[in-house]
Amino acid sequence: MQMWIKGGRVLDPGVMDARADILVEDGRIAEIVPAQSSTTKELSADAEIIDATDLLVVPGLVDMHVHLRQPGQEYKETIETGTRAAAAGGFTAVCCMPNTSPVNDSASVTSYIIEEAKRCNSARVYPVAAISMGLFGQQLAEYGELKEAGAVAVSDDGKPVPEAQLMRRALEYARGVGIRVISHCEEMSLAGGSMNEGPMSTRLGLAGIPNAAESVMVMRDIALSQLTGTPVHIAHVSARQSVEAIRAAKAAGIAVTAETAPHYFTLTDEAVNDYDTHAKMNPPLRSESDRSAVIQALADGTIDAVATDHAPHGTLEKQLEFDLAANGIIGLETSLGLSLRLVDKGYLSLEKLIAAMSKSPARIIGKPCGLARGLLADITVIDLSARYTYHAAEGFSKSRNTPFDGRQLKGRAVYTIVGGRVVYNYV
Amino acid sequence: MQWTKKDILDIESLSAGEIELVFETAFGLKEISERPIKKVPTLRGQTIVLLFMEPSTRTRISFDIAAKRLSADSVAIAGASSSIVKGETLIDTARNIQAMKPDILVVRHSSAGAPHLLARNLDISVINAGDGMHAHPTQALLDMMTVREKKGDLKGLNVAIIGDIAHSRVARSNIAGFTKMGARVCVAGPPTMMPPGLEQLGESVARDMDSAISDADVIILLRIQKERQRRFLFPTEREYAARYGLNAARLSRIRQDALILHPGPLNRGVEISPEIADGPFSVILDQVTNGVALRMALFYLLAGGVRDANVD
Repeated sequence: MQMWIKGGRVLDPGVMDARADILVEDGRIAEIVPAQSSTTKELSADAEIIDATDLLVVPGLVDMHVHLRQPGQEYKETIETGTRAAAAGGFTAVCCMPNTSPVNDSASVTSYIIEEAKRCNSARVYPVAAISMGLFGQQLAEYGELKEAGAVAVSDDGKPVPEAQLMRRALEYARGVGIRVISHCEEMSLAGGSMNEGPMSTRLGLAGIPNAAESVMVMRDIALSQLTGTPVHIAHVSARQSVEAIRAAKAAGIAVTAETAPHYFTLTDEAVNDYDTHAKMNPPLRSESDRSAVIQALADGTIDAVATDHAPHGTLEKQLEFDLAANGIIGLETSLGLSLRLVDKGYLSLEKLIAAMSKSPARIIGKPCGLARGLLADITVIDLSARYTYHAAEGFSKSRNTPFDGRQLKGRAVYTIVGGRVVYNYV
Repeated sequence: MQWTKKDILDIESLSAGEIELVFETAFGLKEISERPIKKVPTLRGQTIVLLFMEPSTRTRISFDIAAKRLSADSVAIAGASSSIVKGETLIDTARNIQAMKPDILVVRHSSAGAPHLLARNLDISVINAGDGMHAHPTQALLDMMTVREKKGDLKGLNVAIIGDIAHSRVARSNIAGFTKMGARVCVAGPPTMMPPGLEQLGESVARDMDSAISDADVIILLRIQKERQRRFLFPTEREYAARYGLNAARLSRIRQDALILHPGPLNRGVEISPEIADGPFSVILDQVTNGVALRMALFYLLAGGVRDANVD
C-alpha cells in the first residue's frame, strides 16, 4: 500500500525545511523527493494521494504527558476516545500516565493498555508506568518487567516522590533497566492550596501554592540526577525558579530534560477569577512573570517539550466548590493551535516548536521520530493558516473541562498519519 | 437610588452608592429593635433559608432575628444535618432548596467562592454569610455602619486591622469596604499571617503593631485561632499577646477618640485584654446590635423594598 504526500512544505527539525513530496510504502517512509520531481518508484493504481499544497508536513506529533483514564475511570475518557482526540489534535503518539485504577505498576496493566490501544487503531500509546508500587512512594515498581511489556518511562505523576532516597534509588535502578524517570515536582508540605500563591489568591481568599513548592523539588531532582548520573525528566514546569534551575543544570552538563503545557504559556492565575474550576490544575496557573519565563525557556531550549497533561474530568469533579474541584484540563485538541500562537507572536521559530512537539519528546522516551527514509510513517499535515473557534462540545474527548472553550485558534492538523494510515482527516 | 443587585456575594461587587443605601436603610430599620413589639409585617410571606455549612452562632442568630423582625419565615439548615454528608453536591442541595420556593438563601461555607457558585446556579437571591478565607460582606458592612454611626463619615479615616490577615475573610471584606468608602487601611501582624501581594492590592502593611495603631481612628482586632499554632503561624498565645495584643500599655498610645472593633468571638487576654474589650473605646456590642439592622436592610433591599419598611 502506497501513499503519496504531494507538494507540501516538509519540515523535519534539524534535517530539512523545503517543498517536497513524501512516498510512503508499507507503513514506512520510502522516499522524500523535491516537490514536482517525479518519484523514482512506480506509483500503484490504488496509491492514496494526499495533496499537501499550502500545508505543512512534519514528523508525527508526540504528547508525552496525557491521562487516558482507562482502566478505571472510563466515564472521563477511554483509550479509544483519548487516542481519537489525540489524532484530531495532530498527535500520532501519546504517553499515558499510570494513575489509573488499578495503577499501572504491573506488566499486566501495561499490556492491557497496549492491547486496547492496538484495538482502537488510532494514535499510538506509549504507557508510562509507576515509579513506586501503587504510587504510594514506598517501594519500587518492577521496571524490568514493565519495560519488557512496553512501558517507555516511569512516573508517579499526580503525586511527587516525597522521599529523596526513593527518588535516588528509582533513578539508579532505572539506569540499569534503561527506562526514563519522569518527576512530578511538588513539595507537599509547601503546597496544600488550590491556586497560585500571589495577589490573586489573596483577593479570592484561596489557599495558595507558592512557586517554591515546585522549584525546591526540581532542585532536589537535579541534585539526584547529578548524584546518580542518571537523566531525569521534569514534568509540567510552571514556575520561573524551576526554569532557572533547569537552565543552570543544563549548563552544568546535568542530564535533565523538561516539558511544559500550553496552559502555562497561554494563561495566568487571572483566569481563576470568579472561581472558574476550569482554571484549576496542578501545578497551578502562575503569574505573568512565570508565563514569560516558560516561553523564554521553550525558545532557548531549557524546556525541551510541549506536553498537554491532558486530564479529563466529568462535571462531577468540576461543578464544585473551587477548593473541592479536581485538578486538570483536557488539552489534546487545543495544544497545536495554542502552541502555534507562540510562533505567530515571534517568540520561537516554527522549527523549534515542531521539534518540541515531536522529535524532542520522542528522544526523551527513546522512540524514533522524523521524516527519514525507512522510519515509520508517522506524519502530521498541518494547515497553519486555518482560523477557527474551538468548541469543546464538538471535540473527540469524552470530557469538556477546558478554559479554552470558545477560543479563537489558528493552525490545525488536517491529516494525522500513523504507520502510513490516515487516522484523522479534517474535512 | 434603586437597588438592582440579585445577590450580596462580596464587597467588591457593591458600589459606594449601594453601600450608602444599605446604611441608610439599616439606620432606618434599627429603631424597630427598640420597640416593645419588635416586628413589622414588611416581609410577611417571604421565606429565607439559612444554609450554614460551617459552624456559626452569632452570624446565624443575627440573620435569623433579622428575618423574624421583618416577619419573614426563616429556616436554618446546618451542614451536618443536610444531605451533603450523604454525598449530595452543593449545587444539588441548593437546587432542592430552591424548588421549595424560598426567596433568599443565606449561605456560609468553608470553601471560598461557594456562594458565587450558588448564585450562578440559582435564580433566588444569595447572601454570603462568610465563605472560607474569602469574604464576609455582611460583617464588613456592619463594621462600617458602626464606624459611620460613631464618626459620621468614613472618608479620610485611618483604619488599622491587626492579626491574621491571611486567613481572615473579615479582614478581606473590611479592606475592600473601607477602601471603597474613602478610608485608608493599614494592616499589621506577624509576617506569617500576611497574605502575599497585599501591597500589589494597594494595602499598606505596617512595620509593627504600634506604628499601625498610633494614628488610627478605627482599630479592628481579629480573632487568633489557636489551632493555627500547629501550622507554624505563631509560637504561643503568650508571645502573640505581647507583640500584637491590644493591652493597657498600648491603649495609652492610641488616639483618644479611636474606636475598637472585633468581629467576635473574643479571645480575652490574647488579641484584646479584658478591660479594653469592656472599656470606653470598645464598640464591640454596638457591632452586634447593628448587625441585626444591617441584615434586615439587606433582606429588605433584596426583597425589592416595595413596601414601606416602617409600616407597623
